[in-house]
Amino acid sequence: MNMMTPRTGGLALLAVIITVAPIGFTNTYFYDVAVNAMFNAILCIGLNLLIGYAGQISLGHAGFLALGAYGSAIMTTAYGVPPIAAMLISATVVGLIAFVVGRPILKLKGHYLAMATLGIGIIIHIVLKTESKITGGPDGMSLDNFSMLGFTIMGDKMWYWVAGVLLILSAWLALNLIDSPVGRALRAVHGSEVGAEVVGVDTSSYKVLVFVVSAVFASLVGSLFAHKNGFITPDIGSFFGSVHLVTMVVLGGMASVFGSVIGAVILTLLPQVLAAVEQYEAMILGGIMMGTMIFMPKGLLPSILASLKRREAGR
Amino acid sequence: MSAALLQYLFSGLTSGAIYALAGLGFAIIYNASHVINFAQGEFIMIGGMASATMVAAGVPMPLAIVLALLIAMAVGVILEKFAIEPARNADVVTIIIITIGASIFLRGAAQIIWDKEFHSLPAFSGENPIAVLGATLMPQSLWVVGVAGVVIVALWWFFNRTMFGKAMLATSHNRLAAQLVGVGVKKVLLASFALSALLGAVGGVVVTPITFTNYEAGIMLGLKGFSAAVLGGLGNGTGAIVGGLIVGIVEALASGYLSSAYKDAIAFIIILFVLFFMPNGLFGKRGTDRV
Amino acid sequence: MQKLFKWGATAVVAAGFCAVAGTANAADPIKIGAFLSATGPASFLGEPEKKTLEMYVHKLNKDGGVQGRKIELVVYDDGGAGDKASTFAKRLIESDKVDLIIGGSTTATTMAAVPLIERAGVPFISLAGAVVIVEPVKKWVFKTPHTDRMAAEKVFADMQKRGITKIGMISEDAGFGKSGRDQSLLVVKNYGIEIVADEVYSPKDPDVTAQLTKIKNAPGVQAVFNFGFGQGPAIVTKNFKQLGIAVPLYQSHGVASKDFIKLAGPAAEGVRLPAAGLVVPGQLAATDPQKPVVTAFKKEYEEAFKSDVSTFAGHAYDGLQIALAAILRAGSTDKAKVRDEIEKTSGYVGTGGLVSMSPTDHMGLSLSAFHMVEIKNGDWMLMKD
Repeated sequence: MNMMTPRTGGLALLAVIITVAPIGFTNTYFYDVAVNAMFNAILCIGLNLLIGYAGQISLGHAGFLALGAYGSAIMTTAYGVPPIAAMLISATVVGLIAFVVGRPILKLKGHYLAMATLGIGIIIHIVLKTESKITGGPDGMSLDNFSMLGFTIMGDKMWYWVAGVLLILSAWLALNLIDSPVGRALRAVHGSEVGAEVVGVDTSSYKVLVFVVSAVFASLVGSLFAHKNGFITPDIGSFFGSVHLVTMVVLGGMASVFGSVIGAVILTLLPQVLAAVEQYEAMILGGIMMGTMIFMPKGLLPSILASLKRREAGR
Repeated sequence: MSAALLQYLFSGLTSGAIYALAGLGFAIIYNASHVINFAQGEFIMIGGMASATMVAAGVPMPLAIVLALLIAMAVGVILEKFAIEPARNADVVTIIIITIGASIFLRGAAQIIWDKEFHSLPAFSGENPIAVLGATLMPQSLWVVGVAGVVIVALWWFFNRTMFGKAMLATSHNRLAAQLVGVGVKKVLLASFALSALLGAVGGVVVTPITFTNYEAGIMLGLKGFSAAVLGGLGNGTGAIVGGLIVGIVEALASGYLSSAYKDAIAFIIILFVLFFMPNGLFGKRGTDRV
Repeated sequence: MQKLFKWGATAVVAAGFCAVAGTANAADPIKIGAFLSATGPASFLGEPEKKTLEMYVHKLNKDGGVQGRKIELVVYDDGGAGDKASTFAKRLIESDKVDLIIGGSTTATTMAAVPLIERAGVPFISLAGAVVIVEPVKKWVFKTPHTDRMAAEKVFADMQKRGITKIGMISEDAGFGKSGRDQSLLVVKNYGIEIVADEVYSPKDPDVTAQLTKIKNAPGVQAVFNFGFGQGPAIVTKNFKQLGIAVPLYQSHGVASKDFIKLAGPAAEGVRLPAAGLVVPGQLAATDPQKPVVTAFKKEYEEAFKSDVSTFAGHAYDGLQIALAAILRAGSTDKAKVRDEIEKTSGYVGTGGLVSMSPTDHMGLSLSAFHMVEIKNGDWMLMKD
């Protein structure tokens, strides 16, 4: 096997960065931010399969994230379900929900699909806010550490390594999926749905499949995030959350697994960096979003790779 | 008809007309450019904030309103010129992110230029409720409904009876063909942003006496306006109005007869159902897929 | 009573002058961290809180600091989001290494930060309302504002006094209103009052006449109680007037700012609510120990910012004063000592009322801290008992 394909090369580079990065971490706050960035990256890798590869937008994925988080929180605190079981049950339920709503919704196109997914996200958010007897309402609810077989994930450093391993695993899984026949069918769907159908691709099944996969990614991240933070509020499932996630995917680069990682890391770090400029934070964030998309409409990573390639060719 | 039901309908009419006005702006830009402008709500906010703060500073109301409309139009033109036009050929999602970035930027600017407090405008025709068969309606609600009506008639006239309006419609149907017959596509796009910014600001001005406004007021109005426009069928002005009224009335009836906690959810469920059966909204054209 | 004057708010300011510059770490600043919702839906809580902290820290530093040490204030804006609040709290503790944290403008942001603050062991004074923050008592967590339960109790006590037994409840579905509603349902029976209609609105709803019509038509409603903040209660009040509902309208302490009267206009006439003495300094009895404190604070705030003082600004002021007094008594910024001293706060007269904390009470306010006020001629009027 050639070690220098972009795929294995990318994975190796990601692994090296994750291993080396803590050298620069002077305290656990850095670990905390890094863990959040990696969680977002995992979620975005899943979401990018849907947006970048299958060409279907979703403005409701924060809803699935919140369902995973609350599923874990409710099952572990109120019913004493072991965290790992709660996480898997939540992911299964979210997958089923995505499967059931996916079929009718994914028949919609463009902005109508955006509207439908947005609606589903908002409905989930409203339920979480309203059923305060179960969810704690807008004030949120707390939950315990993630423990499994007598082993407990505690502290930001331990979470960092767990998240790092999961991130590499997710990237590897996504890359394999893209290279499989499923991935080729997906790209056909993105290129031209009618065309794909004509050559015999069952487009709606593939779209539903990738919708379910991306929702399950979101749910799993939600469960982990909830355990890591120890407290969750319905905010994580808000419309803004969904928009934030789509922004990460598009900014980093659609149809690029490593682009998702870059987008997630940048948009997780930005608010921390911009905290210093106080009231100018929103203007700068909005300006960066606009500027990147205007000058690099394909997203950061694809645009940078393309310009590198051009330079190489020009030499 | 019971007085309670009538009151629910009045309540729905007030909110619905507000959503409808917000939805119209989405429809116009979509018509000319097939862009959904997620910063549309911010035009509404700018109209409201600019007029309210100027009136508070002592500017006579009519002058303040005209100035607010001009400011919003200028922002619309600048946004199109520097953010949308350079990315004209980009993906739908890319443009969505640009307009979302613009909405964040405008909100950030508004909180610095003005402040974070709530502002209000005096109601145009006083605050005495009008009683009808045991239910009541505020005069300002009639203003909102009336303005929405006038706007829709004016738009119909503009798109069907003026050269420029026809050119805008032609561009929306076939950009290349329009260009070939000498329609300036760039100019049309610019005009569509100016027009929808104007509309948004008009909405902001008439709505502010009812809902108040602050730098974040555009978020909710943008979301509801988008829902109204999609429900009615994108690019269709009448559709946006009908969509807005349906959302408003469903919310009011849901609060009255079902559950006020779930009224927003009920409205979204109805939108979802409509889309399942009519994937292009109530009045939308059936799209054809190009291979 | 001597204690009361000993630890009055002025004591802290005075302490700045008689700074004892003998300690080894005299040069190190006292680091106070804050995470507040300066933007987002709760910005009208976070914004005045932030301005207040900045103003007083600046003032204290100009006067020489506390114990000869300057105060360094680090403020982050969490935008009202719980996950951001928790990250910023971590940043304050780990990266900025603050000695003490003030903040959490809302209950959600406060509670999101509580687990890691408890783990790290940093004194923490929250500026949010809900009773869950201090019940059950958490070792490192304190709060300055009255709880939502107290506000409900104050309102229900007033209703009971007037012979009201059946009321309609309307609340906002976001954090403040939702928690307030839940607490109201919990305590309402103690006052022999029944809630016969229970409706909800979203903070940005343009019209709530549908909900109010339902309440109006509920049989036997003698009063309506609204729990919410921001523009929502102003719209409720206007719609209430529009429908011509003839029973009294009670609001929560969430509307105790002049902005509410401005927005609701003439419709606000006759609205009753529980509020801290801060909104009616002129009407407090001359013997009221709160009078000089709230009068001075109101004057300073309004002179500095040219806008009306709100009780939310007062929460931040109280938090800062309690913290600094505790640091002064502890003689250092040792976290455990400061925590113990905050818990021993006794007889502090703040803008919110008389504060006496204990190991079982990390808020220290009693129901008497609230005054029932009624809006008359566009201003607050203290109601006669």
